[in-house]
Amino acid sequence: MRLTRARAARARAGPGRAPAQPVIAEEFSPGLGLAGGALIGLAAAGLLLADGRIAGVSGILARSLGAARGDRLWRLAFLAGLPLGAAGTAALFGDLHGFAITPSPARLLAGGLLVGFGTWLGGGCTSGHGVCGLARGSRRSLAATLVFMATGFATVFALRHLWGGGS
Amino acid sequence: MRSLSALVCGAVFGAGLLVSGMTNPAKVLGFLDLAGRWDPTLAFVMGGALAVNAAAWAAMRRRKAPLFAPVFALPQANAIDGRLLAGSALFGVGWGLVGLCPGPALAGLLRGELPLYAFVAALVAGSWLAQLYTRRARG
Repeated sequence: MRLTRARAARARAGPGRAPAQPVIAEEFSPGLGLAGGALIGLAAAGLLLADGRIAGVSGILARSLGAARGDRLWRLAFLAGLPLGAAGTAALFGDLHGFAITPSPARLLAGGLLVGFGTWLGGGCTSGHGVCGLARGSRRSLAATLVFMATGFATVFALRHLWGGGS
Repeated sequence: MRSLSALVCGAVFGAGLLVSGMTNPAKVLGFLDLAGRWDPTLAFVMGGALAVNAAAWAAMRRRKAPLFAPVFALPQANAIDGRLLAGSALFGVGWGLVGLCPGPALAGLLRGELPLYAFVAALVAGSWLAQLYTRRARG
């Protein structure tokens, strides 16, 4: 049902023209999204209640190398857990959503530099500001989240709909 | 004990990223593409994570200390300043260019995908440059 509606709306909009109403992608997966989100929330809750730390990935990564010894090990352990948990889950249940990375090497490197630079300057990313900051009602994190969502939307809009050559 | 619990939390976090589909950059870009074929999944991921995590914050306020550490190490900053806004704006641009933020980038490291390694190397370099920059700005 959703599939056919999306196709029909796309046909009405015509190729290359942005549709007036949002067209929902076939890949939309609210159930798995909620379940995965709950796991992410559980992980952040665990790190808070067990270790007293915020599960902000960019900050944990940035401080994992320079930090004093006692503060380094838990960070490296958390970071190592990320790929282990993802790969382990994929081994058990399959690679549920696949993997596709399309940007050119130049765009990859520019994106990585901006994400690294921006998250340090702004003091957090989608996990630290988005998941943890919003959950504790931080106005600072709300401001950060609104800003990076806005520039994220704007960047993709510019790449896909203004210049048209993006992916 | 502290590192073991951090490892478990990291693994659960990584599992959540995979289950939710956020490890696939194309899916994240689908969320950021409001004017295209929009994939609202990321909003549901945030919703699920916030609901569970908000309960943890409520539990934390009733406790004096975490299980395995002496104190809760919470962020002290509360200023909404130019640094926060500029940094977040730059982060969003990088996120939109590729469809990856730090968590999903690291969670994919066992896939053996060369572009991911390039992205993570650039991310670490960018973070390092920012640390140099903020240190110098502070004098």
